[in-house]
Amino acid sequence: MSTVRVRLPPHLERLAEVRGEVQVQVSDTPTVAEVLGGLEAAHPVLEGTIRQRDTAERRALIRLFACGRDLSHDAPGAPLPPEVASGSEPLQVVGAIAGG
Amino acid sequence: MAEVRVLVGTKKGAFILTSGGARREWSVDGPHFGGWEVMHVQGSRADPDRLYASQWTDWHGQVVQRSRDGGRSWEAVGNAFRYEGDPGTHQWYDGTPHPWEFKRVWHLQPSPHDPETVFAGVEDAALFRSTDGGSTWAELSGLRQHSTGNRWMPGAGGLCLHTILLDPERPGRMYVAISAAGAFRSDDGGDSWRVATGGLSSEFLPKPEAAVGHCIHKLAMHPSRPDTVFMQKHWDVCRSDDAGETWTEVSGNLPSDFGFPIAVHPHEPETIYVVPILSDTEHYPPEGKLRVYRSRTGGGNWEALTRGLPQRNCFHNVLRDALATDAMDPSGLYVGTTGGAVYASADEGDTWSPIVEHLPRVLSVEVQTLP
Repeated sequence: MSTVRVRLPPHLERLAEVRGEVQVQVSDTPTVAEVLGGLEAAHPVLEGTIRQRDTAERRALIRLFACGRDLSHDAPGAPLPPEVASGSEPLQVVGAIAGG
Repeated sequence: MAEVRVLVGTKKGAFILTSGGARREWSVDGPHFGGWEVMHVQGSRADPDRLYASQWTDWHGQVVQRSRDGGRSWEAVGNAFRYEGDPGTHQWYDGTPHPWEFKRVWHLQPSPHDPETVFAGVEDAALFRSTDGGSTWAELSGLRQHSTGNRWMPGAGGLCLHTILLDPERPGRMYVAISAAGAFRSDDGGDSWRVATGGLSSEFLPKPEAAVGHCIHKLAMHPSRPDTVFMQKHWDVCRSDDAGETWTEVSGNLPSDFGFPIAVHPHEPETIYVVPILSDTEHYPPEGKLRVYRSRTGGGNWEALTRGLPQRNCFHNVLRDALATDAMDPSGLYVGTTGGAVYASADEGDTWSPIVEHLPRVLSVEVQTLP
């Protein structure tokens, strides 16, 4: 098991009542799907706010960044970068620049 | 000493405005859910401390909030709105079939008898009900599966179910309105529905008197006369005295019969209020004057209420859920504008003053009168 650091956008920090990064326990070769599943299990209020409830598809205006890369279009089952898996870099959940 | 609580949903959060019965001094609490679009905040008549709120953003979708203490604290409840079965398609703006997709909750209507039971009107248009305080939701699918459902088409704001009226006298009777599908009535608690648009005419339709396709902006009803329903339509103010079977236009001497909200006086079933705007393309008041119009004859004859409202260079709108009354005597009236002001009248609309003037765009205003 390892611990992944997740950084949430401000709207979701307030909704989940967390400050700063959230730590999610995952396997040694975590995927985006596993991290988001663990995040939702620990904070059920986030269900449906990052990915669709029924299809687990990423919401259209959510992006996932790590290690200076945009992982948004990677397969949800693809392994995360080793730096994220080891906890040295966070997985960032980002609200797209969509005005408002 | 009575208290009035005004529940305001805005483009960037919810605000709760409270005052004593005199309605002169107000406290402003908020924003709650700052940064989120709060479509609607509504209190339970059965338990006034029970509130429900619909918060939404394009980024994160729908969240429903519940309060058990009059809005001092909130908890997120269920946001799983699943259409029953294969929802199929409705019409898109260009007339092509478009899959039914849940987007957000426009309107929350608690049961007058049970604080745990609440109805939700959603986009794409459907009616949901929760009997566990918002934790879980089930669709009353008979509405969406109405024989006309595949012909419903969205208005500019989306295919939204924005009005839910519950008949307090006749269990099981309710009305809903959908832009731009029309009005529907159920007599069996939402299992089956009939079109309630007889006599309406909308010139933007290829057949103006068609049963469905009318862009109804709001319905209102006085609880003592549930067979009489008032309507602000895309154009035209109308009334029905036979539970929506037939409608008669009562726009009368209004400067424009285009508008969004309509409300009924809490103690006078034939006194109604509207806020005219210039046209379907010019969503601001005629002549730059924000005027609420009152009819004491159930429509037809209207008087402008202007004292204390901006009468120069005002180009803000009052949206469909942003006009409300309190139950005091004399009754109070409240409007929230797209310019972020909430105006209150403690004398049935004769005189007005702002409670707040610089909120985000106001989407909804509801009022609770507390003992």
